[in-house]
Formats: sequence, C-alpha cells, structure tokens
Amino acid sequence: MKIELILIPLLPLVGFLLNGLLRNYLSKGLVGIIGSGSILGSFILSVIVFMQIKAGNTAIVEYFNFIKAGSLHIPFAFQADQLTSIFLLIITGVGFLIHVYSTSYMHEEEPHHFARYFAYLNLFVFSMLLLVMGANFVIMFIGWEGVGLCSYLLIGYWFKNKDYTKAASKAFIMNRIGDLAFLIALFMLISKLGSVTFSEIFTTEALAKLSGFDITVITTLLFVGATGKSAQIPLYTWLPDAMAGPTPVSALIHAATMVTAGIYMIARSNLMYSMAPGTLNCIAIIGVATALLAASIALKQNDIKKVLAYSTVSQLGYMFLALGTGAYVAAVFHVMTHAFFKALLFLGSGSVIHAMGGEQDMRKMGGLSKYMKITNITFLLGCLAIAGIPGFSGFFSKDEILAGAFATSPVLYALGLIGALMTAFYMFRLYATTFKGRFRGTHEQEHHLHESPAAITIPLIVLAILSVIGGYIGIPEFLMHGAHSLKEFLQPVFAQSYAILPTHEVSHSTEWMLTGISSLLIIIMVVLAWTRFSKKPDIEDAKGFGKLLQDKWYVDEIYHSIIIKPLNAISAFFNNVFEKNIIDGIVNGVGRLVNYGGRQLRWLQSGQTGAYILMMVVSVLLVFVLQFFMRK
Amino acid sequence: MGESEGAMPINYYIVLALALFTIGIVGVLTRRNAIIVFMCIELMLNSVNLLLVAFSKMQPAKDAALTVAGTDGQLFVFFIMVVAAAEVSVGLAIIVMMYRNIHSVDINFLNRLKH
Amino acid sequence: MGITQILFWILTVAALFSAIMVISSKNPVHSVLWLVAAFFTISGHYILLNAQFLAIVNIIVYAGAIMVLFLFVIMLMNLNKSTEPLKNRWLQIVGIVSGGCLLLVLVAALKNTEVSKNMAEMGTGEAGLIKTLGRELFTTFVVPFEISSILFLSAMVGAVVIGKK
Repeated sequence: MKIELILIPLLPLVGFLLNGLLRNYLSKGLVGIIGSGSILGSFILSVIVFMQIKAGNTAIVEYFNFIKAGSLHIPFAFQADQLTSIFLLIITGVGFLIHVYSTSYMHEEEPHHFARYFAYLNLFVFSMLLLVMGANFVIMFIGWEGVGLCSYLLIGYWFKNKDYTKAASKAFIMNRIGDLAFLIALFMLISKLGSVTFSEIFTTEALAKLSGFDITVITTLLFVGATGKSAQIPLYTWLPDAMAGPTPVSALIHAATMVTAGIYMIARSNLMYSMAPGTLNCIAIIGVATALLAASIALKQNDIKKVLAYSTVSQLGYMFLALGTGAYVAAVFHVMTHAFFKALLFLGSGSVIHAMGGEQDMRKMGGLSKYMKITNITFLLGCLAIAGIPGFSGFFSKDEILAGAFATSPVLYALGLIGALMTAFYMFRLYATTFKGRFRGTHEQEHHLHESPAAITIPLIVLAILSVIGGYIGIPEFLMHGAHSLKEFLQPVFAQSYAILPTHEVSHSTEWMLTGISSLLIIIMVVLAWTRFSKKPDIEDAKGFGKLLQDKWYVDEIYHSIIIKPLNAISAFFNNVFEKNIIDGIVNGVGRLVNYGGRQLRWLQSGQTGAYILMMVVSVLLVFVLQFFMRK
Repeated sequence: MGESEGAMPINYYIVLALALFTIGIVGVLTRRNAIIVFMCIELMLNSVNLLLVAFSKMQPAKDAALTVAGTDGQLFVFFIMVVAAAEVSVGLAIIVMMYRNIHSVDINFLNRLKH
Repeated sequence: MGITQILFWILTVAALFSAIMVISSKNPVHSVLWLVAAFFTISGHYILLNAQFLAIVNIIVYAGAIMVLFLFVIMLMNLNKSTEPLKNRWLQIVGIVSGGCLLLVLVAALKNTEVSKNMAEMGTGEAGLIKTLGRELFTTFVVPFEISSILFLSAMVGAVVIGKK
C-alpha cells in the first residue's frame, strides 16, 4: 500500500519533469506516450488501491517529517480511504482520457509547446492527486495551490494572446482570494487545535474543544476558499473566462480536477461542517443561488464553451447545495457523474470546434449531425445525462440532491428544480442549435467538416458509456432496496456526521412523486427546446431581459466598478500623494539631514590641535560631572 | 600616621600635582608656540611624576618588611623620564624640521597633516 | 609647624609660581628658564620625600639635558624674541576657564576619595635610595631597562634622520 500510494502522484510528477525538461528533444509521439502513460499508470495503481480499500484496508501512510516545530508536527503523509479512492479514480481515469484526447487535439502545436502542454497537464494531475491524497491540511494546501498555479499556466497556454493571459491572471487572482481564507482557516486550526492532520482533528472529542463560534469561523473561511476553487458566488467569474485555455484543459479543469477540490475539501471536513449548522445553511443558499444564476446566464450564451462553462458553475452549485443539506454522498455522487458527462460534453464540443476550424459560436454551426456521427451521438448522450432524463447518470445524482434539499426545505427543492429545468432547456438549446437544423457557416467550413480521428472519438465513446451507466452505482432506496452501493461504500467516511446531523426521512411515496414531477417537467423542457431551436435558432442578439442574461447579469462590470476601480483609485492616490510626498520626503529628508549635520559638524574637525585638546578637556570635565551626578 | 614632623597629608601633594597639571593644560590651550606647548607637556609629565613619588611614600616605612615598599613607583618615574627624554629628542627634531619648512613654529599652521 | 612643613609650603608656592610664569612669559627663553626653576622645585619635593635618586636624576636629565636641548633649539632658530602672534582672546579665555573648571572638578572629586585621608611619609624609608633602586632596577626591572636603551637608540636615530632632511 505504501509503495502504490506514493507512486500514484509520483508518476505524473515524473511525466511532468521529463516532458518539461526535455521538451526540446522529445518527439510529439514520445511526449504523448510519456504524458498519457504516466496517468495510465496512476490509474491502474488507483484501481489497485481502490480494490484494497473496498476490501476494507484503509490506511494512513507517513513518509517523512515535513514540518516539526515545537508541539506542531506535520508529517508528509497520505491518507487512503473511501473518499480518496473515489476521487483518485475520477481524476486519473477521466484525466487519462483527456490526455489521450489531447494527443490528437493539440497535434498542430509546435513540438516544444506540445511538450510544455503535456508537462502542465501532468503537473495539474499531480497537484490534484496531492490534494486528495494528503492526510493533513498542509499537504492538501500544497495541491490546492498547485492546481491554482497549473490552471493559470494552462488557461494562459496561448500566452501570445493578451486576453488569454488576462483570463489566466483573473483565474489566479480569484483563486488567491479564496486561498487566503483557506490559509487563515489553517492557521486558526493550528492555533486552536495544534494539529492539521485529518485523523486527529476530525474526531468528535477534538472538535469539542473548539467553541461554536470558532467552528463557524473556520468552516466559513474554508468555504470561502472552496468558493474560489470551485467557482461559487462571489468568486465564480474566473471559470467562464477559463475557456481561454485549450478545450481539453477546460474539460480537465471542469470535470476531473480543480473545481471539485472545494467539494472534496468540504466532504473531507464533513464532521466539522456538520457541527456548524449555520455554515451549512450558508453553503446551501450560496449553492442554490449559484446554480440558478449560472443556469440563467447559460440560457442566452452563444459561445458553445461558455454555455458549458456556466453549466459547470451551475452543477457545482448543486454539489454545494447537497453539501449544505448534509447529503454528502449525493455531492460526491454528483461529482462523479458530472465528471463523466461534463468531460464528455467538453471533449465533444472540442471535437466540434476542431471540425469547425476553431469556430466557437453556435450561431455559425447547425446540422452537424450529418457530418459527425460519433460526436453527435455521444454529445446527445451527454446532454441527456446532464439534463437528468431518467435512466441516465445525471438523473440519479441530481435526484438524490433534490431529495436531500426537499428533506431540508421545500424552498430549496423548488429553486433547485427550477435550475434543473433551465439546465435541461439550455443543454438542448445547445444541442439543437449545434447539431440540428441547417448549416450556417461558410462554405470552406462546410467543406472542411469531418469526423474527428480515433484518439478523439474513443475517449468520447468511453465517457458516453460511463455517462449512461455511471448512475447505477447509486440507485435510490425507493427504486431498489439496498442498491445504493456508493452510499454503503462511503459509509465510514460520513458515519460520524450522520450521527450528529438531524435526519429528515422522506417517505418513499413522496420521493416517487417528486421524481415523477421533476422527470416530467424536464422531459417537457427538452422537447420544448428541441423543437424550438432545431427549426429557428436565435441568431439575433437578445433584447431586454435576455440581454441582461447574455451579458451575464453584468457581474463582471459590477466587480470592476466596485472593487477594481476604487482599488485603482487608492493605488493612484498612494502613488501620487503618499509615495511622492511622504516616502520620498522621508528618504530625501534623511539625506538632507545628514548633509546638513555634516556641514554643521565640520568645524569640529578644524585640524587645530588646540581645539582638539580643548574638546578633550571639556569631555573629561563632562565625564567627571556626569559621574558626580550618577553617584547621587 | 599623622605623628610628628615626618608626614604630610597626601592630598596636599595631589592638589599640587593637579594644579601643575592644569597649568600645563592651560598652557597648551592658550599658547601657539610649538616649543612652549612642548614645554607644557613636560610640565604635565613632571606633575605626574611628583604624584607617583608622593604615592610611593604613602606606606609607613617602620615595618622592616616594607623598607623597600614604593620602589616600584619610583622606578616607574625613572622610566617616565627615560621615555620623556626620548620623546623630547624626536619632538624637537620635528619642530626644527617644521621651522625649516614653513619658517614658523606656530601650531596653527600645522592643521593639514601634510606639506 | 616643623621645618618639613615650612619647606613644603615654600617649595609648593615656588613650583606653582614658576609654572605659571612658564606659560605667561612672552619670551620663550624666559619660559625655558622658568621651567628649569619649576623642575628644581619639584626636585626639592623629591628630596623632602627622601627620593634622593630621582631628585638627582630629575636635575640631571630634565633641568640639565632636556632643557638645554630646548634652549639650543630656541637659540638656533632665533626665536628668543617674542614674535608669537596673539591667539584669539576668546580662545584664551575659554582655555583658562576650562582649565580652571577641570582643576575645580578634579579637586572636588578628590574630596570624596578614601586615599585623601592617607599621609605621605617624609624623610624616612629606604625606597628612594640609590642602593635600593639600583638593586631593583637590575634584578626585577632589568628587561624594561634594557628595552629602554633600545628606545633611546631608536629615538636617536629618528632625531638624526628627521633633523638631517
């Protein structure tokens, strides 16, 4: 177990080093093999670890002392339990498919840029693995920062484009805001509990040492960190801009890594959150608000990747809703199914963009189902899954979240359902506009249309299969008794929380009814969107309320005017007034004072022997007088 | 102590030596002639010598074991004289050279440490 | 007041007077002569203290050799006229005042010391005799004595080198 665990993150790290250092010497084929192979190796090891954990062998493995200062002891240790193993499988599995896809998608890049790209991807996976495997908050924080760095590097991969580098900076800065809160929470934990190791602090006895206020503050700070990483209100604006990166990167960020970090962190700290009901409510409200806001924006976007980006934000909102209502399993479940279908959708959109020669505007597409059979079918399956059509994976996880929300508060359920309906609507607006109707692009583009090569379609097919069947590990209780294998598997991780949280049991008949209503409404939405947009896609720019949605509620503009502008004004003030007058004044004043003092003291060094002797005599006098007074 | 003719309070000597020393200092401060300044320094050295001799006689000499007590102090005076003699010879040579160069023995012309 | 005390006071007054005359004479030659007088009074004090050897050496070395050297230099350079330009009067006053203050402070400081209660033995003891000093000088202090001869040698060489330029 010890060897397997260290090898899982080590392989991507080796891949990163090889590709990064030898980028000028390796051929593209070799780079692809190193990049994908290292992730494949990690995936195989993850499966082995998963099997061992399934057999009941959870472990915490210490490798060496990382920090030892006084009573604070932070080992470099990995924790392998049920939660970690699920995330390991998602990260390495989906990550591997994305790597394979990238070998084809990025094939037109220069060899050394190609190698740089794979180096970043491997580093990204490495950081994410560190994040989910760390046995304490510090190791987690290393990974946490690592994914932030890699997202910056990958979003700004085409660094010659100024807008892209700005998007990268935005992602990084937004993340930093959250990271600061995370760090403060970390320091508070160290000062209050003297430990950051999960197995030591996540016990009822250890947490009982904290006052209720402390727990609320720490959990809130951690949640602020999570909003940065997982793109929740108010720090979500970086995620849609992160579309600047290559499409597989978007898939990696949105599906397998990075944005799930916040979910993982809260799921890992579930006991602490269960002891802070105030924070949980806050998470649920922010989650559902984000879900609704992002879904409403997605309704009117015309860029295919922007729609998917807002859909990610919205789905992440669902996960936080689940966490906030105490349905931790549902959150992890949705992370998993979302990883499948969102990766599928992003890679599918990448395939479309590839075929369209880099065009991302849906209004210039249409009727692609004739040209791209495999992409069309897999994309449709992905849409069905995300919309939550019964039988597909999204149905199971979303339904579990909504059921959990209903158990806590019907209002949350209603809002969540509205969000789900919007999701179904915009996804099929996307699908119908892109694949149905007639082609609206140029003739050259039409001539160029083709199905993508196997390296692209095979990951699509694999992900499509997973999107369809992925939900069957979590069949709800009311459909089949004892079939929720994920819940059983994760039972040990959340057992302590379940003992604390109030349980709201919803009767099976109510659940039947809720599921029936939501499924019916979703199907209506799908049909509505399909019929409307396959015939007459909205090519025109939206007006009125639609314009508000299209312009993303002007959130970026609001941030710009209430945060960036005052900051700039303050900086300008400091530059012009404080810097010039006070800082420079002090510096120049010191210089002038020394000059002046030197000129005034110069007469003491006259070279006149008599003057020196006089000074000597006076000094002796002073010494005597001083001693005389001191003695008194 | 204090018996008969053969003793003086030590602080008389101290005050005398201090007075001579101060006169030397005042001379150094007020005169510009290098030779006079030099002589004042000799005066100061002598006041110190006087004080040392006075201190060497502070122990009662009645005790047989202490007949030679104070010899150290007087030998110290002897060595001071030796050093003073050497110093005077070099110092006067310097003054002679200074006179040859600038035709004056005014120490106010010696404020540049060059020439 | 015995004869010793009377002699002490006479010598003290003479010493102070000649010392003051050293710094107040306009003519450097007079200064030298007054300094010789001061040295003689100090030698008198040595005799009072029964430091016979030092008294003789003081007269021979200081009054005899060193002062004659001074006189030679003054005569050779023809400085016996009072050519010295007056120093700044304020500086002179400052010098005198600060010197007076120094004396005052030193004497005041002396008041509080233990040592001022002691007496100095007059006319007794063998410490100052040539025999005693000679034995000490050539036994215990023989190394400094020999080193001082090297000092003389170097001073002689230095004086010749400087004077020849």
